[in-house]
Amino acid sequence: MLFAIAWDASSSWSLAVSILPILLKGLWVTLQATVVGFLLAMAFGLVLAGLKSVPLKIVRWPAKLVSEFLRDTPLLVQLFFLYYVLPDYGLLLPAFMTGALALGLQYSAYMSEVYRGGLEAVGSGQREAARALNLTPVRTFTHIVLPQAVPRIIPASGNYLVSIMKDVPVLSVVTVLELFGVARIIGDRTFNYLVPLSMVGALYLILTILAAWAVRTLDQRLPKHGIALR
Amino acid sequence: MSSQTPASPDQTPARPLVRFSKVTKRYGEHTVLDDLDLDVAAGEKVTIIGPSGSGKSTVLRILMTLETLTDGLIEIDGEPLWHERRGDQLKPASEAHLRKMRGQLGMVFQQFNLFPHMSVQRNLTEAPRQVLGLSRKEAQSRATELLERVGLADHANKYPGQLSGGQQQRVGIARALMMRPRVMLFDEPTSALDPELVGEVLHVIRTLADEHDLTVLMVTHEMSFARRFSDRVCFFDKGRIHEQGTPEQIFTDPREARTREFLRAVLEPDV
Ligand SMILES: Nc1ncnc2c1ncn2[C@@H]1O[C@H](COP(=O)(O)OP(=O)(O)O)[C@@H](O)[C@H]1O
Ligand SMILES: [Mg+2]
Repeated sequence: MLFAIAWDASSSWSLAVSILPILLKGLWVTLQATVVGFLLAMAFGLVLAGLKSVPLKIVRWPAKLVSEFLRDTPLLVQLFFLYYVLPDYGLLLPAFMTGALALGLQYSAYMSEVYRGGLEAVGSGQREAARALNLTPVRTFTHIVLPQAVPRIIPASGNYLVSIMKDVPVLSVVTVLELFGVARIIGDRTFNYLVPLSMVGALYLILTILAAWAVRTLDQRLPKHGIALR
Repeated sequence: MSSQTPASPDQTPARPLVRFSKVTKRYGEHTVLDDLDLDVAAGEKVTIIGPSGSGKSTVLRILMTLETLTDGLIEIDGEPLWHERRGDQLKPASEAHLRKMRGQLGMVFQQFNLFPHMSVQRNLTEAPRQVLGLSRKEAQSRATELLERVGLADHANKYPGQLSGGQQQRVGIARALMMRPRVMLFDEPTSALDPELVGEVLHVIRTLADEHDLTVLMVTHEMSFARRFSDRVCFFDKGRIHEQGTPEQIFTDPREARTREFLRAVLEPDV
């Protein structure tokens, strides 16, 4: 799709205008990768946080090890690993899914810490009151602890959402045509890197500002003491 | 005591509702409760006084199953709390057993521990609906009645953060009573309150305890309240009951030197 477009290199301005549609397509892929990666990170992170808080060492220990490993190895290495090693074991995912999975896995380690911090900030008195009232552990978690942790979890996870967005360009090395990858190809073809890369920078700046504003607004709208579930 | 204590015929009247037998609690090397014996009869109001760190809260917390015990036996109406009888043996209690036993107890905390994200009404109805299976209507009418009793009828839709400390603690009391416990535990219910709010909370405790003929085990530093309210006062020191008796006896004629020392420090603080 990319290579079919014609560009007008008569001036920087006309080049910018002519490549904008294709860059926006790349941007759309970037946003999709960000959202899917973030959702995976939230889900895996919750599982990791749960496993890391299990009293049994035999469960907790491996979870901590995995978490440490995910956090301390480069995203690029993890991505290559998934992209080139998983198919050898019969798991062949499209490049986009592999990339989102890599993002989700790496950030699940960070997210698990976000959950843990949020959950630990809910005082032990809340759990004790729930226990004294004979609420089940599950009900206590879902209706007492988690709703109070959410207002603490949201701002921190918003920051990771932005970080994930900024890590999406790494996915271009496994052929995902996200914003940066598209810009690079345009540069290769037009011999003008300045215009497409500047546009990538500008688009990222706009996105980051929007995301920061959204997180801040959400944070201010949320009641500080949490939201009761039905 | 007033009327309604049920006296089932197969029950010896002497059997206490709560009984601690040789209860020991240790944290590592540190012994917090030391071979403690303590009985509370049905309808009896017992207050625990004593210096900080003497194990007063621990007694209530172990009874409420918020803390395990190291050794000994606790019984509620003759049934072991932390153990289950299997044949003639005592086994550690299952969670199901603990749930059943916990239902007989209610606790009011020093820091209230209300659920800040829930309205007053929801604080009261959450557990009765989830645990006792009350319908929304039943739970709400029970809540309305109790809020009336603690003088907060107009505050049902407020959040804990919008209430004064005294009001919050009255919600805490109502929340515990929603479950209709047989024994109410109070751990310094007024210690976190500004002095001018202490009276309203103590008043509510006293009225409700009388009306419902509650069995009460209460830790407090409010000596004049303890004196008027209790049937018995236990002076705790180093994880044991150092001295116990009627309020009259403890406050006017303490036998033990340590009790005298403690009461003097509390009642006539050197400035
Ligand atoms: N979780 C714990 N770990 C270790 N020591 C504890 C713990 N909880 C309480 N203690 C100790 O137990 C002792 C009695 O505590 P507590 O029952 O709260 O006393 P009180 O209510 O009479 O002030 C204190 O010395 C306290 O430091
Ligand atoms: Mg205490």
